[in-house]
Amino acid sequence: MSSHAHAAPAQHAAPTGFIRKYIFSKDHKVIGIQYFLLALTAVVIGIVLSLLMRFHLVWPNAHLPFFSGGQMTQEQYLSLLTMHGTIMVFFVLTTAPQGGFGNYFLPIQIGAPDMAFPTLNMLSFWVTFLAFVAIIAAFVVPGGAPISGWTGYTPLSGIGEVTGPGEGWGQTMWIISISLFCLASLLGALNFIATLIDMRAPGMTLMRMPLTCWGWFVTAILGLLAFGVLLAGGILLLLDRSAGTSFFLPAGLVINDQIQTHSGGSPLLWQHLFWFFGHPEVYIAILPGMGVASHVLSTFSRKPVFGYRAMAMAICAIGFLGFMVWGHHMFVSGMSPYSGFTFSVLTMSIGVPSAIKTFNWLGTLWGGKIQFKTPMLFALGFVSLFVSGGLSGLFLAQPAVDNLLHATYYVVAHFHLVMGVAAIFGIFAATYFWFPKMFGRMMNETLGKIHFWPTFVGAYCIFMPMHFIGIAGGIRRYADASAVAYLQKLQPLHEFMTIAAFITAAAQLVFLCNFFWSLKRGAPAGKNPWNATTLEWTTDSPPPHDNFHGDYPSVYRGPYDFSVPGAVDDFIPQNLPPAQVARAK
Amino acid sequence: MPSTVDTEVVELVRTSKGGGGGTPSGGDGGGDGSGSSGASGGVPQRTYVTGMVVGLGGILMFFMALVSAYIVRKGMPNSSWEPLAVPRILWLNTLIIIASSFTLAHSRRLLRAGDEQGFRYWWGWTTTLGVFFLAGQLIAWRQLVSAGIYLKSNPSSSFFYVFTAAHALHLLGGLLALLSIAFRPTHRLTRGTATEIVAMYWHFMDGLWVFLFLLFLQGR
Repeated sequence: MSSHAHAAPAQHAAPTGFIRKYIFSKDHKVIGIQYFLLALTAVVIGIVLSLLMRFHLVWPNAHLPFFSGGQMTQEQYLSLLTMHGTIMVFFVLTTAPQGGFGNYFLPIQIGAPDMAFPTLNMLSFWVTFLAFVAIIAAFVVPGGAPISGWTGYTPLSGIGEVTGPGEGWGQTMWIISISLFCLASLLGALNFIATLIDMRAPGMTLMRMPLTCWGWFVTAILGLLAFGVLLAGGILLLLDRSAGTSFFLPAGLVINDQIQTHSGGSPLLWQHLFWFFGHPEVYIAILPGMGVASHVLSTFSRKPVFGYRAMAMAICAIGFLGFMVWGHHMFVSGMSPYSGFTFSVLTMSIGVPSAIKTFNWLGTLWGGKIQFKTPMLFALGFVSLFVSGGLSGLFLAQPAVDNLLHATYYVVAHFHLVMGVAAIFGIFAATYFWFPKMFGRMMNETLGKIHFWPTFVGAYCIFMPMHFIGIAGGIRRYADASAVAYLQKLQPLHEFMTIAAFITAAAQLVFLCNFFWSLKRGAPAGKNPWNATTLEWTTDSPPPHDNFHGDYPSVYRGPYDFSVPGAVDDFIPQNLPPAQVARAK
Repeated sequence: MPSTVDTEVVELVRTSKGGGGGTPSGGDGGGDGSGSSGASGGVPQRTYVTGMVVGLGGILMFFMALVSAYIVRKGMPNSSWEPLAVPRILWLNTLIIIASSFTLAHSRRLLRAGDEQGFRYWWGWTTTLGVFFLAGQLIAWRQLVSAGIYLKSNPSSSFFYVFTAAHALHLLGGLLALLSIAFRPTHRLTRGTATEIVAMYWHFMDGLWVFLFLLFLQGR
């Protein structure tokens, strides 16, 4: 109706065979779902690993199946910790919001038939899949999974099995997996950026893009600039391990009574390369969630996003500043106090765009006709967790305070709330919001609420006490604190957190049931079940192969025209021509 | 759409145009607006150029990470850094790759002028010079090896091998692209776009090599 034949012919004909259609598909929607399912698999593994760790922290002597002798060794605890971090950060928090939802909805929201380079898109996914296979293989190679943490600090990660079980084959698999992941993410980022710059529908100016697209766009730029650096670091680390070079390994190392032949390398160099990637990575995980939260809050408040332009610019500012603060992960590395001060001030300045976003989210809610649907609940949860987790970042940004808290659970609590759970809430909000569009059926609202409340309360029950443990001096990465007198007093809190963790994890089963049940049995969704305004809601659910049946939209207005005075409905789709709005009045 | 009173097709007023604003950048392809866009098959030709620019940005970050590692590692106290005598053949290789950029630019000029024969001739020379460059790099490696300088000998040689290998791999990709355009018709891209993005990549690799070479010279 409101779209016009500005022809952008399908980039590739709809495939027919099963393999072309669902396995090696070039359709961004299929690839998005593939990424999503990969992340879903990864998150299940990641949660199981964390539950094993939580269990071990509280009952270190309990008998466990699958462990030789029925006991988890300290090294095994460290390998679980490493794999939990790696799998969650790379294969869940990076994969689901960007690779999954970004892939599926970026082209549709800007009115394009597909990504700019569909073959490259397919390649990105399958290289990511290979990376996932490689990281899972680390569990079963001789020596098992690595123990050097998701940050892979040298020299521990750089020498080989002499430094511990898992540091032989396991660590090599880790580096290979991460390098492959970097490669895939670079290809993906390239595709996102080119698509967004050149494939927008007529009238879709940058300032008419949904904020989700801003999130994915800036995330892709961060990925483009950050993943190459980690790839470079990974290659050098691999050479240190296998070719005897000394990029990161200092002279005079004696490990297990063996003198190492390396000379003159710098472990700090690895930290710099890693965190130059690692800090932007934090925003790679959270920015898409910010976009989704803005999008969902506006839709279910039936109000335009408050301060759209400021929101878009805040995303850009966060992305920009994200490249200048990597040093705050290294305050305890003995850096010059002047560097520490600079990194500290820059880090705190991220609070400004973050506060802009938070106040604008509240401004969006203010006076709205709020509908507490499940996606809305998770978006509100996102805002709550982002604020709670972000505020502790201001404390950690002080070098003096960080010296005290650096290796404690305070840091663990901080980043789990702000980048872990908040980003996961963003993913949940996106899932409940877009499930009808992706699969043509609604998810069950009651089950959604049953899923939300234990998850929300549970997340706080796990991570709020963790701050106290950190302040009390609870040291992270210890497999068993029971031998340390002052840590024993913290055990009751640990028990509480572990029980909360098991309950919260159980609540995720409700989500899984809801997801798979709704695939088959959910109520049919129709084109636009939420009465939303952006382009994905103007096409079928699920959208056809070329997204718009060859009838590509033109865009006449901003993305959040809700409750416009004088309009008949409380929403105006982006592709509705002004003449028709006038006529509808 | 519940709110619309759907009558006859409303005249389309396209105030702000395509790609969110821009008109297709001129040159090849002839536009991506309405109507079928020829070889592009739905993707505007300029998108390939955008993709190449973005991709080169990623490649640049990769090499700059290595360069910063080089600078930091070299400046470490107790770095046990021994200056590397750069093989003399690198001077020749540098001249060769700079020349290849000129032959490439000339060949594209001839293509625009419609001189297919000349285009193929100079395109072929560019490819040949690329092969010469890679062969020269191999010879440089052989010379180092015969002088007993290996990857692990010293951080300076480690970095030398890493930089030259990474650059050679990237250049090999460029070489394959040169060959592919010479021998295979392009489907999605027009000839103009295909040669344009390959030229962008090649010139970039040329400039990157000159930069790396200066870095090695400075580190002697």
